[in-house]
Amino acid sequence: MAEPALELDRLEVRYGPVTVVRELSLRVERGEIVGLIGPNGAGKSTTLHAIMGLLPVAAGEIRVAGVSVAGRSPESIARAGVALVPEGRRIFGDFTVEENLRLGLAGRRSANGGDPLAAAYELFPMLREFRRRSAGALSGGQQQQLAIGRAIVADPDLLLLDEPSLGLAPTAVDGVFGAFGAIRERGVTILLVEQRAQRTVALADRTHVLVGGLERMTLGPADVDDTDKIIAAYLAS
Amino acid sequence: MMVASVDFQTLSDAIGLGAIYALMAVGIGLVFGVLRLVNFAYGQLVMAGAYTLAFTSGWPVAGSILACFAVVVALSLAMERAVFRPLRGQSPAVMLVTTFAIAFVLQAIALIVDLRDNTIGEIASSAAPLNRSVSVGGVDVRKITIVAIAVAVVTLALLALLLTRTTIGLHTRAAASDFRTARLLGVRANRVIGFAALLSGVLAATVSVLLTVQAPFVSPDFALRDTIVVLVGVVVGGIDRLWTATLGGFTIGFASGVINGALPTDKTVYLPSAVFALVILVLLLRPAGLFAWGRHAAAERV
Repeated sequence: MAEPALELDRLEVRYGPVTVVRELSLRVERGEIVGLIGPNGAGKSTTLHAIMGLLPVAAGEIRVAGVSVAGRSPESIARAGVALVPEGRRIFGDFTVEENLRLGLAGRRSANGGDPLAAAYELFPMLREFRRRSAGALSGGQQQQLAIGRAIVADPDLLLLDEPSLGLAPTAVDGVFGAFGAIRERGVTILLVEQRAQRTVALADRTHVLVGGLERMTLGPADVDDTDKIIAAYLAS
Repeated sequence: MMVASVDFQTLSDAIGLGAIYALMAVGIGLVFGVLRLVNFAYGQLVMAGAYTLAFTSGWPVAGSILACFAVVVALSLAMERAVFRPLRGQSPAVMLVTTFAIAFVLQAIALIVDLRDNTIGEIASSAAPLNRSVSVGGVDVRKITIVAIAVAVVTLALLALLLTRTTIGLHTRAAASDFRTARLLGVRANRVIGFAALLSGVLAATVSVLLTVQAPFVSPDFALRDTIVVLVGVVVGGIDRLWTATLGGFTIGFASGVINGALPTDKTVYLPSAVFALVILVLLLRPAGLFAWGRHAAAERV
């Protein structure tokens, strides 16, 4: 059996004196989509930042494909096959769409011939059409697609998404969620942090509910209609 | 009389000074972009280059200039590696004070060298004939002014190509715009900072060569006043973008040149006062920077 794509082992992350994530353990097997939901301040984004090396790990262990990445720099973790689509998209508004995508290539481990941006263009054909435009001129939904495309061109094994539907119109949310299946088919493992609990539970193989830095509950797709259970998990604090 | 003295020659000299200041402004702006560090010691890089030119004044001009580039670039890279890199992430105040310290250390070293060997000073460079004038359309223009403008235009054009057409250039621009996001995409922090330090050194060396032709007497405070004026120009132009910083450098150089030409010869001591009065006026009217249109990117960064 192959090592899991991602394994958190009693992870603890602090902001100064405040412990934001406590004893969080979870496994994401290769090819899985795993959701991470919970109220604001539950430690979801913090967990992703710790995996990506943007925040120091106070205790515990983070393993990517069996290899510990705790203490490594963000650029080194990116080059180990992890890509983060950050909250608020963080695209470079002054750059063209194509330049934004080419930045994603910085984290690519090896060139495999052909157009290196093809993966993003296949996933979101709009990006090819607008590749010469300034990224800042795109709509919110298009910018989110650009942010996901930028992560995909790095050819990651593990994709971390931080609230990709935040601030998007409902149709744009459909476009973003619709892409996750196609990304999984490319062999990419996904850890999805979201506020849209029901959609996440419906999409993911498993969804962990994080409250106050602690894991409260794990939900499966079968729980999607059990609104009471989801609400109860949120209110558990 | 005062108005008449702002003639074509004054204007061309002012453009020449603006061109040199623009090069210094880009050198300062590049490092600020990736490190958020105002390098007060930038003038000492130029000074080190001037001393190298003085020491090697017996060499063929090309060899002397090459030595100048080698020394200044090495010093710029060493400064980054030994001081800026370990301090990365410290507060801007700490980093600024540190660059002051480096500036004083380098100036002290230059003073010791100067006292030990008082034969150096005047650069007997064969580039000196560049100070002679040529007649352009019936007006006398110093050759060095034309050279300075040409060098600045070519250097800035090459720099623009490097930043927009190459991968390392793209990475550097991204790091200057949003360092954290650039890093999580896999952009190597140390590589872009090293690249900025390298370019910044090349620009400082270029400025050394141009300035020593016009002001061939080298002393420990060589280029010090110029650096202060350029730093002010960079802030007035808008330090958080490379092109506004560059334009700010050019503008303050050009303004200094024009004011210098307009002031009667016995009143040139008032030049700094006049320039800085203008700076205060500009900052009162446009506190975000003289060329700061479309502030959205800066606001987003917060």
